[in-house]
Amino acid sequence: MAELFTLPVLLGIIYSGIRLATPYLYAAIGETFAQRSGVLNLGVDGIMLMGAYTGFYVAMKTGNLFLGLLGAATAGLLMGLLMSVVSVSLQAEQGISGIGLNLFGLGLSTLLFKVTLGGVESIRGFQPIRVPLLGQIPYLGEIFFNHNLLVYGAFLLVPLANYVLNNTTFGLKVRAVGQNPQAADTLGVNVTLIRYTTVCLGGILAGIAGASLSLALINLFQENMTSGMGFIAVALVYFGGWRPWGVLGGALLFSFVNALQLWVQVKGINIPSDIAVMMPYILTIIALTLSGRRARQPQALTKPFERGEN
Amino acid sequence: MPAKTEYTRLLNRTIEALLPLLAVPVALLIGAGMIYALGVNPFQAYGTLFQGAFGNVSGFTQSLVKATPLLLVGLGVTIAFRGGVINIGGEGQLIVGALAATAFSIGFSDLPRIILLPLTLLIAALSGAVWGGVPGVLKARLGVNEILSTVMMNAIALQLSNYLLRGPMIDPAEIERGTQIAQSDLLPQAAWLSRLMPRTLLHGGAILAVIMAVLVYIFLWRTTIGYRIRAVGLNPDAARYAGIPVQFYQALSLILGGAFAGLAGGVEVSGVHHRMIEGLSGGYGFSGIVAALFGKLHPLGAIPASVLFGGLLVGADRMQRATQVPSALITVILGLVVLFVVSSEIWARRRARRRETRG
Amino acid sequence: MKKMFVRIALLVAVVSLLLSACAQPAAPTQPAQEEKPFRVAVVMPSTITDLAFSQSFFEALKKVQEEEGGPSKFEIAYSEGMFNVPDAAAAIRDYAAQGYDLVIAHGSQYGTSLSQIAPDFPETAFAWGTSLDTFQAQGINNVYAYQAESQEGGYVLGTIAALMSKSGVLGVCGPVNAGDAKLFVDGFVAGAKNAKPDIQVNVTFTGSFSDVSLMASAAETHIAAGADMLTGSSQSVVGAIGVAKDRGAYWFGTQWEQTPVGPETVVATQVFDWTIVIRDMVKSARAGVLGGKAYTLTFKNGGLKLVYNDKVPVPDDIKAKAQETINGIMNGTIDPLSGPKQ
Repeated sequence: MAELFTLPVLLGIIYSGIRLATPYLYAAIGETFAQRSGVLNLGVDGIMLMGAYTGFYVAMKTGNLFLGLLGAATAGLLMGLLMSVVSVSLQAEQGISGIGLNLFGLGLSTLLFKVTLGGVESIRGFQPIRVPLLGQIPYLGEIFFNHNLLVYGAFLLVPLANYVLNNTTFGLKVRAVGQNPQAADTLGVNVTLIRYTTVCLGGILAGIAGASLSLALINLFQENMTSGMGFIAVALVYFGGWRPWGVLGGALLFSFVNALQLWVQVKGINIPSDIAVMMPYILTIIALTLSGRRARQPQALTKPFERGEN
Repeated sequence: MPAKTEYTRLLNRTIEALLPLLAVPVALLIGAGMIYALGVNPFQAYGTLFQGAFGNVSGFTQSLVKATPLLLVGLGVTIAFRGGVINIGGEGQLIVGALAATAFSIGFSDLPRIILLPLTLLIAALSGAVWGGVPGVLKARLGVNEILSTVMMNAIALQLSNYLLRGPMIDPAEIERGTQIAQSDLLPQAAWLSRLMPRTLLHGGAILAVIMAVLVYIFLWRTTIGYRIRAVGLNPDAARYAGIPVQFYQALSLILGGAFAGLAGGVEVSGVHHRMIEGLSGGYGFSGIVAALFGKLHPLGAIPASVLFGGLLVGADRMQRATQVPSALITVILGLVVLFVVSSEIWARRRARRRETRG
Repeated sequence: MKKMFVRIALLVAVVSLLLSACAQPAAPTQPAQEEKPFRVAVVMPSTITDLAFSQSFFEALKKVQEEEGGPSKFEIAYSEGMFNVPDAAAAIRDYAAQGYDLVIAHGSQYGTSLSQIAPDFPETAFAWGTSLDTFQAQGINNVYAYQAESQEGGYVLGTIAALMSKSGVLGVCGPVNAGDAKLFVDGFVAGAKNAKPDIQVNVTFTGSFSDVSLMASAAETHIAAGADMLTGSSQSVVGAIGVAKDRGAYWFGTQWEQTPVGPETVVATQVFDWTIVIRDMVKSARAGVLGGKAYTLTFKNGGLKLVYNDKVPVPDDIKAKAQETINGIMNGTIDPLSGPKQ
């Protein structure tokens, strides 16, 4: 075990942990908004796949990564809109409609991939940008300030989301709608509009989460390339107690443990690889257990709202 | 005008019943548009789909073979849902059930068939129950959201299976030959479910699943425990007020849900593959949810629903083979069916509410 | 309760009506041909463009088709993406029932199903891999088996990687430690250790054949641990190659050429050439022998090929050493799972 506690390994874990956390952060922060307004969107994985595909396809065809990113955000927005119609307007059972959205996104992204691309190709994605001055700090500069644009974006999103949720009128409305929609409605807040906005925002961010895979971290698209990351992202929202900073903590913890399990294997420590792969999942369950009671779930989460009820 | 109210009520009921059912044709219609866009004649494609699923003995028995695990998993989902919890862990529970059934029957292969076969299936159900019980207890005791813990348990079960199938449980012949295929030894013949029809895979599990559906119906609607589970699912606050220990029954419904998914795993190894292999679960844990939902979360409704979905999946593969339309298209259609079904329930609910207010 | 039944019955009726209305005679009537084509069907776990296991087989089928005189003489039907074994079994059965001459189950997980299907169609030739079991012990005589001796190429690639490495560290990105992947990884490690005893080979497994993202993280970890030469197996390695390309590490491939993902990253590949197997199976099936043979792909029989990528220069002395190693494997002086025999 001692070989794990060396400087290069620790730096390596932090560096890969930060990269790994990126898609989770986008998706989970977006989901935080949706859930704070009372909508559980379980279809994040499907949205990520649509974002990953669209982003990759647009970037490859136009040669412009930013257009790709825009494409991914648009795809995410459309998927978010679909989810809003189903779960907000039509008041469908949210857990199940999320599964429907997942199947839809998985199927459609695979279908489009087969028809338009046919096989795996790679592109030159977003390249690391070394932050001036900070990037020159020995060790720290390399692991914290030499990443690509989408990685920085993910981490900047956290304080931004925190500010919006806690210090703006919009954030206040979101929280009110998630806590007590009837009361919010009486006070003149448009519950439906707020929920549409948050679910669509969640969709856009999940789309970008997908693009962070296909345009910045792996630089290619393959069917079902998220392999369930979207579900983990939803779990991180619970883990983070519906607060952006908590989500950040969860995303980093999950990613660090995932990076750690790979290092455990690389260093030839005698644990079967399958058991090592399990580690992040077991840890997530334990973490959920510890945070289960403490966290204050939005009162109206998964409860559809209809005017004139009660 | 009693005649007229009777008439409107009947009309309302019919519309109510038909609305969710419209989901399939509407989804298929959208699918037809996509098939057309792919340059294939949709009529021909759907024709092959239907022919492949129900048009001949081989197709129909395959649909039934596929419907069997869907029904069992769907029953588990139904119980959980009736108890107000969502079980997405069918995939993991099925894998664990299959692993346990394999290990047990190989370990006790000298038991007579009449004891070995039922015990094997029982062990599968018990292990599934344990796997479903972990999220159940976590929810009851610590308020951990079951959707998330069941998803995590799926990932853990998959790795557990990887580990066991290439280590402790690998077929000794695979090591000897040096081929190292990750699969277990064959189950003893005494633990195989009988085949119902020569030259097909149709096995006794299909009958077992139907019996189970009837039992679940009786359990949920004719026993006190079943009544309490439904009461908890319908309105937890009211149930708590009536003195029902809500958390206990939520955990119980997850445990029972796990048992049925585990049983599905046991039935798959003992009826279809006769050994534990990689990829055995094949997404049944998720499609079982769709089947249960389509059966309107009623144990008896799940029977035709899983036959229909089993057929849809078998026919879709047939369609892929005949027309080379990617099978991902069917995933899209399934997703749309789910979305449409859950969406259409709003009208049923509204009507129900209107009836209530009218008295 | 009754209502429920009525509703569901209604549903089945509606859907059936709808579908049967669509059902047209699907089978196109074929003009009578003077000679019946040879019909082959193959069922594969991943896609025909996976740059790995499935593609290697499909490309070989297409090559044989060309040799045989095109689709009119040699018909190919395929089902891809059949990770779900029961679905694959249904496909195998279906192809056999449709009268295909040779039905191939291209995945070791299909073996059990095949052993149940083959006896029902004694007139049809079946094949499966990778395995060496033709089920003759079970009294089945119409199944061929085939396997790639992946450890041979693994050994050679391990040798090249060890000699090219400047850091002295190699990284192996495996999927699941079983079957073909295990053979390849074991061969690679043995080859590297024998070429340079002090080389360090780090091995990881992601526990999945399809998790591209985790595979990419594994490659990143290897590079952070100092590896400059990477290899791996399964269709999910595209994620690892993408990372290697980004970080300037080199990649050694197996199963099929992965150069499209990393034109300047892939150094050399062990390519599976299944044509010799397919040709012989077709020939033998035509002659009425429908199974019972087990084939292997080796360097010796030309089924395994070492293919260099022109865009990545490999020093001549290393190429010579690689050729020497291949010769050693061919004449039996080197055991690809342990090293030179004493």
